[in-house]
Amino acid sequence: MNEIPLSHILFISTALFFIGMYGFFTRRNMITILMSIELILNSVNINFVAFNKYLFPQNLDGVFFTIFIISIAAAEAAVAIAIIINLYRSLHSVDVNETSELKF
Amino acid sequence: MNSSSIIFYIIAAFILSTGVLAVTTGKIFRSAIWLLFSLMGIAALYFWMQVEFIAAVQIIIYVGGIIVLIIFSIFLTQKSGEEMPKPTLKKTISSLLAIGFGFAFTYLLIYQYGFNSGNAPFELKIADIGMQMLSTTEHGFILPFEVISILLLAALIGSIVIAMKVKQPEK
Repeated sequence: MNEIPLSHILFISTALFFIGMYGFFTRRNMITILMSIELILNSVNINFVAFNKYLFPQNLDGVFFTIFIISIAAAEAAVAIAIIINLYRSLHSVDVNETSELKF
Repeated sequence: MNSSSIIFYIIAAFILSTGVLAVTTGKIFRSAIWLLFSLMGIAALYFWMQVEFIAAVQIIIYVGGIIVLIIFSIFLTQKSGEEMPKPTLKKTISSLLAIGFGFAFTYLLIYQYGFNSGNAPFELKIADIGMQMLSTTEHGFILPFEVISILLLAALIGSIVIAMKVKQPEK
């Protein structure tokens, strides 16, 4: 178990974070942008759990932070999808380039 | 190189390859399914790290909740069989450069930091999580727990209000 150094797990989470960033930069559809945000949040969760397991095994703080991040991510996804559906109802598109109603 | 580390590298390759496919594939429904596989891989990584409770929470909330929500919203707003427009070459190259440099610098910092991990055994008892979550002593998490419950209630009401269809007044 301890043969895998911590930096390898951090490699996964860093790579996943930047994969999410790539999707965030290149996608133009709001739902796919939301998926990229989910990837980014998951990479943060991996970081918290790995730090808790490897560096502070006597505490449980990282596990608690992960639980709270997961619940906040669920709330965020619900609100974001409500906004997307409302936007689709008024604009008939969820493309970020066409949602320019709030521009001055 | 024992079986545990081989399993770790298989899980890592699975997470990263499905993650890349989730952000690059052309059809939006396939993208959601690849995201589902990536989240399942992350749950497998939690099982590998022996934090079974977080793995169960990950499967229940992400795979069972958020992905289903995303797939429903795809069916409500998209023609899911169509190809999405591809990003322009300039955008692709500049994003690849940005994330390449970002990843290189971040991982260089992590690699050079040299974490000194202790060898103390880590065991996660669900009873400990429950006790600490609801304790009011110094290291208890009762206040964030209550705040999260208010936040979830607010998100519930807020998303209903936002997505509610406003009735047109009859003339």
